[in-house]
Amino acid sequence: MTGQEYAFVVLALVGTVSAIRLVTAKNVVHAALYLVVTLSVVGGVYLLLAAEFVGWVQILIYVGAIVILFLFGLMLTRAPIGREALDNQQRVVALLIGLGVLAGLVFLIQSAFSWNGPKLRPSVGTTAELGYSLFRQWVLPFEAVSFLLLAALIGAVVLSRRDDRP
Amino acid sequence: MIRLPLVLFFSAVLFSTGVYGVLARRNAVLVLMSIELMLNAVNVNLVAFSQFWHDVTGQVFALFVIAVAAAEVGIGLAIVILIYRNRETINIDEVNLLKW
Repeated sequence: MTGQEYAFVVLALVGTVSAIRLVTAKNVVHAALYLVVTLSVVGGVYLLLAAEFVGWVQILIYVGAIVILFLFGLMLTRAPIGREALDNQQRVVALLIGLGVLAGLVFLIQSAFSWNGPKLRPSVGTTAELGYSLFRQWVLPFEAVSFLLLAALIGAVVLSRRDDRP
Repeated sequence: MIRLPLVLFFSAVLFSTGVYGVLARRNAVLVLMSIELMLNAVNVNLVAFSQFWHDVTGQVFALFVIAVAAAEVGIGLAIVILIYRNRETINIDEVNLLKW
């Protein structure tokens, strides 16, 4: 194990615990705060994998913007507190399906790569490389995403404005 | 140097936690949060395989996924607030008008 791997394992443990707390929290605001921890851990994993631009975008967009949106959504809807109010009756079935998905994915990964599988040698991911690829090869999807964001903006405004006229 | 399966296992754990959250929660905002968890798991995979193949394309698509997730959260929360305004609840098991 290298130092990077130790750092990754620590990050992954923190992320796993906070993700599990996120889906089991009894208070919606606590769930949002656990979401902050999980998303920051994922951003740290990106930085550890030397994907610096994606890492900082993760921190900026997810932790900075999306979590704030979630908090606004929570504040505007006055959610009750308590397990019965937040979870439905299918918790056991959901747990079984979740564990089944996990087992299937672990089996797939194990059969594709051995435990001592290939080592990642992070080599790409600087902002310059990403920008070069984005604006040379993927400029059309980039424009499509900007159009999607515009449509989502207009859609959100149209959906949530209060139309008092008959 | 990090072994690739470790990263993939972390991503698998995140994804199945998200699946559990989507199935077990009845508060719509918490369901949206669990969906974010699953999208993040996919992004971890994209970045890991981008470093595995020494090709930056995976990270470009991770950026696209982040942008689409932002749009999804915006629309999703607008719909949730609209449902709350009309029905005084955001429990998704009580919003079943379209269910057969």
